Amino acid sequence: MTTAVSVKKLTMVQAVTDAMRTMLEEDESVLVLGEDVGINGGVFRATDGLIEQFGEDRVIDTPLAESGIVGTSIGLAVNGFRPIAEMQFLGFIYPAFNQLMTHATRMRQRSMGRYTVPMVIRAPYGAGVKAPEIHSDSVEALFTHIPGLKVVVPSNAYDAKGLLIASIEDPDPVLFLEPMRSYRSARTEVPEEKYSIELGKASYVKKGEDVTVLTWGAMVPDTVKAVEKFEEKYEATCDVIDLRTLYPLDKDVIAESVKKTGRAVIIHEAPSAGGVNGDVISVINDTAFFYLKAPIQKVTGFDTPVPVYSLEREYLPSSDKIIHAINTTLSY
Amino acid sequence: MDMLKQFPITQYINEEGELNTNEMKGEVSLDLIKMFYQKMLRARMMDKKCVNLQRQGRIGTYVQYEGQEAAQVGSALAIEEGDWMFPSYRDHAATMTFGHSLRNLLLYWVGRIEGGIPPEGKNIFPPAVPIASQLLHATGVAWAEKKKNTDRVSLVYFGDGATSEGDFHEGLNFASVFRSPVVFFNQNNGYAISVPTEKQMNSKTIAQKGLGYDIPSIRIDGNDILAVFMETQKAVERARNGEGPTLIEAVTWRYGAHTTADDPSKYRDQSESDRRRTTTDPLLRLEKYLKQQNNWDEEWLAETEQEITDEINTALAEMEDVPEAEIEQLFSHVFEKPTWTIEQQREHHMSIKRGQV
Repeated sequence: MTTAVSVKKLTMVQAVTDAMRTMLEEDESVLVLGEDVGINGGVFRATDGLIEQFGEDRVIDTPLAESGIVGTSIGLAVNGFRPIAEMQFLGFIYPAFNQLMTHATRMRQRSMGRYTVPMVIRAPYGAGVKAPEIHSDSVEALFTHIPGLKVVVPSNAYDAKGLLIASIEDPDPVLFLEPMRSYRSARTEVPEEKYSIELGKASYVKKGEDVTVLTWGAMVPDTVKAVEKFEEKYEATCDVIDLRTLYPLDKDVIAESVKKTGRAVIIHEAPSAGGVNGDVISVINDTAFFYLKAPIQKVTGFDTPVPVYSLEREYLPSSDKIIHAINTTLSY
Repeated sequence: MDMLKQFPITQYINEEGELNTNEMKGEVSLDLIKMFYQKMLRARMMDKKCVNLQRQGRIGTYVQYEGQEAAQVGSALAIEEGDWMFPSYRDHAATMTFGHSLRNLLLYWVGRIEGGIPPEGKNIFPPAVPIASQLLHATGVAWAEKKKNTDRVSLVYFGDGATSEGDFHEGLNFASVFRSPVVFFNQNNGYAISVPTEKQMNSKTIAQKGLGYDIPSIRIDGNDILAVFMETQKAVERARNGEGPTLIEAVTWRYGAHTTADDPSKYRDQSESDRRRTTTDPLLRLEKYLKQQNNWDEEWLAETEQEITDEINTALAEMEDVPEAEIEQLFSHVFEKPTWTIEQQREHHMSIKRGQV
């Protein structure tokens, strides 16, 4: 028996809008707020059309103040609403760090469950779109370190809709990172109806036998391309895993794949020091150490500030580096 | 523009205990004044008890508020059940007046998580420890009440130093833009730990900071409980009627140290506190008022003191009776459902504790 499912081909940013529209329609307590999210539809048009459909009481242009947006969202969330707060860029979130670190993520425990903060903070992030300074940061690890916060990163339109809906329905704060260079780079079939993808679950982008390649966000399509090049040239195949949630990590999928291949390469564009690569290595260490045939390799950004865009291609992990890392594990 | 002239200190009862306003003619009942006195005395006795308990090692570092009772008690009496209160760490005179349990307040100072939990039906946030961050929560919660078309309001406390923080300004701006029903209640006690107000800001008043946000602002004598109560009530009514936020600067003084871990003689002459105890003190002012009216009743005072002593001792016994914190509290309520990392860490911790590893 087949069920007719209506699908549309959407870019990731359209899928993000679709998820918010779906939830604004379904749940009156859902609000969208942030800088330029109203009449302008967001600087990336992620909220395009929402103010026309839902009105300015639910799609709210706020003053230009990130701490104010997150801090008032905490109050709204404690008092019955489900705010989706947009940070215009992840690189602009720092003024709100205190609100996230000392309040949003601790409210449930400090009140022993009396007050909770079902809030999503959406933020475009990452390099590769020739954005001005400070617009290209990949600082996910600053947030995976915060107890009480989930960190989610989709890599395609289908996942973006399902993960964002799951994030909005989550009873706790979620940081939802949207890789800018994947916003419009591809279209994926996205069901028109509501669906959600469980947080904390990775997905296999492709399956192979010899090496596990783990990544997320905009590095997923880049990694798939590099792996395809590698597999054309060499007699080995790779699992490519999209982690999708960076806290909590999917330890079962990581373990399952690495136990099978015995080799792992981690790829992220963020700086290496204190990066999520360390948490992934820790999971492998705890779950699959005796299966390893070679030291784990990693390909990351440098421990330098994300450069201005004339040099951002040098900064981002390249195909050559990814292929080199895969080969290094194989030739150990 | 002379801000001190634009924002004069509003007073209802002067330091001699004389009614100093035309607003209250014939309305000040003896019951009201005695109730004020009783609530302030209760707050003061609790504070003194806590300082003593800290000296005895029965509670940890404690943040005292002695001298600020009128500001906290008077404002807390101006809101009703169903309204929201957002204290900082120095505002337990306000929270206990609004209905927080003394047992839980004491638990807070022995490092127990239960200390931040108000009784059912009392909307009191756990005390904010970072400075000024709670103004945004108060604004957001009040904004939510407005969206739900209720007449509930937020009352948020903060000190003079907090007005230097960005969150103070963001809170005022958001509340002004969205007309959130919130009362911003500033206690200007002259010092942010060691830094006096004149080093904290070049502005002569805190009330004037509301001008930048078109928020009605008033400067009041924070040691005059009648002024505090009446002016906070007006601000609360404005908020309930959809007229938006108000900023109140209550000028007061903390007699003691910033906390029990602080030595104020390092940064100020403490004889000023001694002088103020005999001049501007909020309880003394009501005592003078009552004496002038021949309503000072030593017997009533003795009975009231005894009742408060009993209440505090009962709460202390309850606090000291609370079983030790369960290890489970470390891991619970981080998320609605614990993540696998937390589960794994809990299990490991417990198995080591049990000696099973």
